Amino acid sequence: MKSQVLSLIAGRLGIAVITLLIVSFAVFFATSMLPGDTASILLGQAATPEAVAGLRKAMHLDDPAIFRYGRWLLGLLTGDFGTSYANGRPIMDLIGGRLINTLKLAAVTTLFAVPLSLFLGITSAMLRGSLYDRVVTLCTIGLISIPEFMVATTAVLIFSVSLGWLPALAFANEVHSLGELLRVFAMPVITLTFVVSAQMIRMTRAAVVETLNTPYAEMALLKGASRGRIVMRHALPNALGPIANAMALSLSYLLGGVIIVETIFNYPGVAKLMVDAVATRDLPLIQTCAMIFCLGFLVLTTIADIIAILANPRLR
Amino acid sequence: MTTPVSTTAPRRTPGYRFNLVGIIGFSVLLFWVVVALVAPWVIPYPVGEIVDYDYLAPISDKFWMGTDYLGRDILSRVLMGARYTVGISLASVTLACSIGVTLGMVAAVSGGWLDTVLSRFLDAMNSIPSKLFGLVVVAAVGSSLPVLVLTMAAVYVPGSFRFARALAVNINTMDFVTVARIRGEGTLYLILSEILPNILGPVLTDLGLRFVFTVLLLSGLSFLGLGVQPPYADWGAMVRENISGLSFGAPAVIFPCLAIATLTISVNLLIDNLPQKIRDRSDA
Repeated sequence: MKSQVLSLIAGRLGIAVITLLIVSFAVFFATSMLPGDTASILLGQAATPEAVAGLRKAMHLDDPAIFRYGRWLLGLLTGDFGTSYANGRPIMDLIGGRLINTLKLAAVTTLFAVPLSLFLGITSAMLRGSLYDRVVTLCTIGLISIPEFMVATTAVLIFSVSLGWLPALAFANEVHSLGELLRVFAMPVITLTFVVSAQMIRMTRAAVVETLNTPYAEMALLKGASRGRIVMRHALPNALGPIANAMALSLSYLLGGVIIVETIFNYPGVAKLMVDAVATRDLPLIQTCAMIFCLGFLVLTTIADIIAILANPRLR
Repeated sequence: MTTPVSTTAPRRTPGYRFNLVGIIGFSVLLFWVVVALVAPWVIPYPVGEIVDYDYLAPISDKFWMGTDYLGRDILSRVLMGARYTVGISLASVTLACSIGVTLGMVAAVSGGWLDTVLSRFLDAMNSIPSKLFGLVVVAAVGSSLPVLVLTMAAVYVPGSFRFARALAVNINTMDFVTVARIRGEGTLYLILSEILPNILGPVLTDLGLRFVFTVLLLSGLSFLGLGVQPPYADWGAMVRENISGLSFGAPAVIFPCLAIATLTISVNLLIDNLPQKIRDRSDA
């Protein structure tokens, strides 16, 4: 039976790799559709045709697209991301520190969002149909229905405009003390936590409600177990797989949120870098950032699927 | 928007009755659709005109929603913005669902390699985060209305395909489909006369849900400056323009936000409270 699980997981990983390949293909060719010649853009208006031709040759721009794709993919795999068109610096240098910033933001958000949504999701499923459940459900529907930037603007209106606790949008780039660090992190983390938690609470609640509807949960009820005992001893152990699956899946909503949040709060992360790269049409940088995001998304969804496989008792 | 089509059955049967929340959701949605249609004739000031020298002004008798960062009337811009937000989203979601549902039914009915190839490819497309896809495409080809509609349609085809295919696969195994097949009916007949009528209810519900996603995606892209381009503005772009007023709570930021929220929340409420018969028509 163990081998069956392993082969399922291996299959899932294989699909992930193939998907990543298709995605890289899509990203490369979508960005290659850019009108205008890269070499003449780089050299500016005063360039001589000879210089443009030379640069085209040096950058292999005259090669067929499929060769350029192959070279680009090989570069990605060996850690050579190319150089930025905008300022000629290696993309590795541009991304390095910013990726860490974004990961920090994601990690701190996860730290807050997971316990919060576990608690709210499980309790609202336990007290299904109560006023508490209805309020939680209404809030999550509300949060899911509004765009991320509106969550951010609402957070700013509440925490800095009316309460005056936190600075609104202006951010110091230099962080000197722990207090300042907290202030820089607070708004983005609050916003992202709301965005991600709404999804997580909904999915956790659904997972627990589903297990509570099973015959064995009903059996436990009939034999007189208390509501807390039914949830803690009977439902929760069986719902752990679906819940973990839901967690990994909802964390992928971080990606969409992070693009908006880094832009609105001027946070120096990869997403902000990418939005800026779109403004300057810095293709190699856009491609690399896009691949980083797709990779993150794929890793999370793959983890979610693997957890679902592992949690399926029929395969044990 | 889509529900009245299905309510042609006798209204007295309890299965088709709306509850109060559903009616509220439907009314708000209807309100924005009507606004989108009649906006050019009801706006108090021309959209692009600077009417007040006090920029980001508060609410006043003359300007019911204040003015924006250039001193333009917010009420007029919100009403006209409905055209872009509702119009673009509706166009793109209709396109996405038509393509997705058609492909889904074709895949389910034909099966075999066509099904496998379509499913694999669209699943791979699904693993590109929607906002990222928008960013990359807009970076590559620039933003214009057709590009926006097509991009967002492309984003939501895979989801719609998966949904319709799952439903159609279930219907496809039913006896009446088998009978039709034995009778010698072609794929086109099977899809149009046997499958589609039986999945229409859930598919329309799914369309509503995807409409909400599309509105959110469009607003997000516009907020990043990649959506509707100035001098025109949808609600997301209005928030972006006036974001400098956020630190003192200018109405120029709040009202476009509220407009988006009322639209998306009302559609969600409407879908959640649809009469059971429309939602689960395949089971009926």
